[in-house]
Amino acid sequence: MPIHDQGYRRYGGTRAGIGRSWQVMIRAGVMSIISKRQFLGLMLFAWAPFVVRAVQIYVSANFQQASFLAPKGETFREFLDQQGLFVFFVTIYVGAGLIANDRRANALQLYLSKPMTSAEYIAGKLAILFLFLVSVTFLPAMMLLLTQAVFAGSLTFVSNNLYLLPAITLFSLAQVLLASTTMLALSSLSKSSRFVAVMYAGLFFFTTALFNALRGITGKTSFAWMSPTAALEQLGDVIFRLPPRYQLSPGLAGVTVLVLIAASIYILHRRVRGVEIVT
Amino acid sequence: MTQMTQTGEGQSHPLDAPRFAGPVVQCQNLSVRFGKNLALTDVTAVFPAGAVGLLGPNGAGKSTLLKSLLGFIVPEKGSMKVIDMDVATSPLEIRERIGYMPESDSHIPGMNAVSFVAYCAQLSGLPATDAMQRAHEVLYYVGLGEARYRNIETYSTGMKQRIKLAQAIVHDPDLLFLDEPTNGMDPKGRDEMLELIHDLAHNKNVNLILSSHLLPDVEFTCDHVVVMDKGTIATYGPIKALKGTTGRVYEMRIKGDETQFISVLRGEGFDVKDSDEDVMRVFVPGAAGDNPKVLFELAARERVQVRHVRPSVPTLEDVFARAVGEK
Repeated sequence: MPIHDQGYRRYGGTRAGIGRSWQVMIRAGVMSIISKRQFLGLMLFAWAPFVVRAVQIYVSANFQQASFLAPKGETFREFLDQQGLFVFFVTIYVGAGLIANDRRANALQLYLSKPMTSAEYIAGKLAILFLFLVSVTFLPAMMLLLTQAVFAGSLTFVSNNLYLLPAITLFSLAQVLLASTTMLALSSLSKSSRFVAVMYAGLFFFTTALFNALRGITGKTSFAWMSPTAALEQLGDVIFRLPPRYQLSPGLAGVTVLVLIAASIYILHRRVRGVEIVT
Repeated sequence: MTQMTQTGEGQSHPLDAPRFAGPVVQCQNLSVRFGKNLALTDVTAVFPAGAVGLLGPNGAGKSTLLKSLLGFIVPEKGSMKVIDMDVATSPLEIRERIGYMPESDSHIPGMNAVSFVAYCAQLSGLPATDAMQRAHEVLYYVGLGEARYRNIETYSTGMKQRIKLAQAIVHDPDLLFLDEPTNGMDPKGRDEMLELIHDLAHNKNVNLILSSHLLPDVEFTCDHVVVMDKGTIATYGPIKALKGTTGRVYEMRIKGDETQFISVLRGEGFDVKDSDEDVMRVFVPGAAGDNPKVLFELAARERVQVRHVRPSVPTLEDVFARAVGEK
C-alpha cells in the first residue's frame, strides 16, 4: 500500500519493557551532538594532548637520549589536569542546553507523559554528558597507559604503578560527575542555554577567584573548599599519591565535591517535573 | 469485512478490535491543593470508555485533573484509577498505554517532525523501525505528510497542534488525553482537528478524554461529558441524556415588567437566561417542560403579554449553563 493511502492503524508489534526510555534518550542525544561539526572540532582539540603525550612516550621508549621524557605516575595526573580545560568546554557545549532547551520547548511534560520517571530522564541526560566527558578524561588517560605498555614492549611500568588504574578511574569519575551534575542542575534552572553556560563559567571562575583572593589576603590555602576546582585538585593529588598542594584535609575536599554533587541532584529532583507549580 | 492492521513484527490487530472497555478513569474523593488554593475539591467521577468531554470554564480544574491522572501532580487526598490501574502505584504502566496532548506548545527541540514523532514512539517502547514507520503514517493521518521533514520550530500554531496529536497517537494508545486540542487554530484547521478526533474516537475505537472550554468542540466529538466548575464536578453523563429528558428550553419574549417576570419564573424553579434582543431562555424542568402552558399561566397571573414562545433545541450550552448555574 502506498504510504499516502495509509490512515491510522492499530499497532500489534513488540514493545520494549518499562525502564528503557532513558537508553533511547542517550542514543538520540549522542547522535545529535556528534552530528555537529563544531563539536567534532572540539573533540579533535581535546585529543591533541593525548597525541603529544603518546609521541613523548614513543620517543622516551625508543630513544635513549630522551629517556628523561619517560612517563611517571604524576604524568597521568598532569594529563588529567590538562584535560580539565576540555572538560570545561565540553561540559558547556554539550550540557548547557540539555535540560534548558527542553524547558524552553516545554518538552518535560512530553517526556514524563511517556513511560519514564523523572529519575530516568535525569539519568538519560546525565549519561549523555557523562559519556562525552569520559571520552576526554578516562578514555585518553587509559589509552595513554596502554600506549606506554605497547611502546615500551612490556608491562613493567604498569605493574610498578598498578595504583594508576584505580587512580585514573576514581579521579576521572570525580571530575566527570562533578562537572556533569553541576551543569545539569544549572541547566534545569533556566530556559536559556546561553545563560546556563554563563552561570556555569561564573560559578567556577567566581569561586576560584574568591579562593585566590582569600589566599592572597590570608596567605593560607585552607579556603580551597570554597572552590570546586581547588577541591578537586586537592582530591586528585591524594588519589595519585602526590603531596597535597593546599592546606586542606583530603576529607574536606572530598566532602566539598560530594556536597556539590548531592546539591545538584537535589536541584534536579526538584526541577525535573511534568508540571511547574507556581503558588 | 474486518480491516486488519499491519504491524512491525508481522502481528496484526483488527482496526475495530476492542480496546479497554471498562471505565477508563475513576476518581474517588480527589482533592488537589496548590499552596493555599484548592484546585480540585473532593472530585468523584467515573469516565466511561469512548469519547468523554471534560468541560468547564477556564480555571475549573480540567487540566489539573488530567495532570493528576498522568501522575504529574500528587493529590492531597483521594485515589485515581486509569485503565483499571492505580495512578499512585502504577504510573509507568499507565503512561505506557495512554497518549497525552498537552495544552501548551510542546516539542523536543532541534528535531524535524518525523524524527520527533519516531522518537516519541521509541520513548513509548516501540522498536526503532516500527517507530519510524508509524511516525510517517500518523503524520500523514494528521495532515502533516508534506511537512514532515521540516523542523518543528518553523511550524505554525495549527501545525504544532497536529504534531502534538501525532506524538500522542503514534504508539497506538488505549486512552488519549487531549488538553484543549483546538487552541489557537483557525476555523478550517479547527474543523479538521475535530474531524480527526471524531474519527479516532468513533472509527478507530480510541478512548479519549477531551478537555475543553469550547462547548461545540465537546458536542461534536464526544458522547459523554463531565462538567467541572470551581474544582468540582457539576454534572456528568451521556450528552444526549443530559440534553434531552429532564425538561425543555423555551425561547420567550414578553411585553411588561421583564425583571419581575424573571424573578417569578425563578421563584417557580425555572432556570432563566437573559439573551440579546429581549429574548429569554427559560428551562422548564421535568415533565411540565413538554408543554409551555405553564409559562402562559404564569404570564397571565403576572399580567404580562407573551409575544413569542418557541421550544428551543437543547444544546450542550444549556446543559453547561444549568450545571454551573445549579451550583
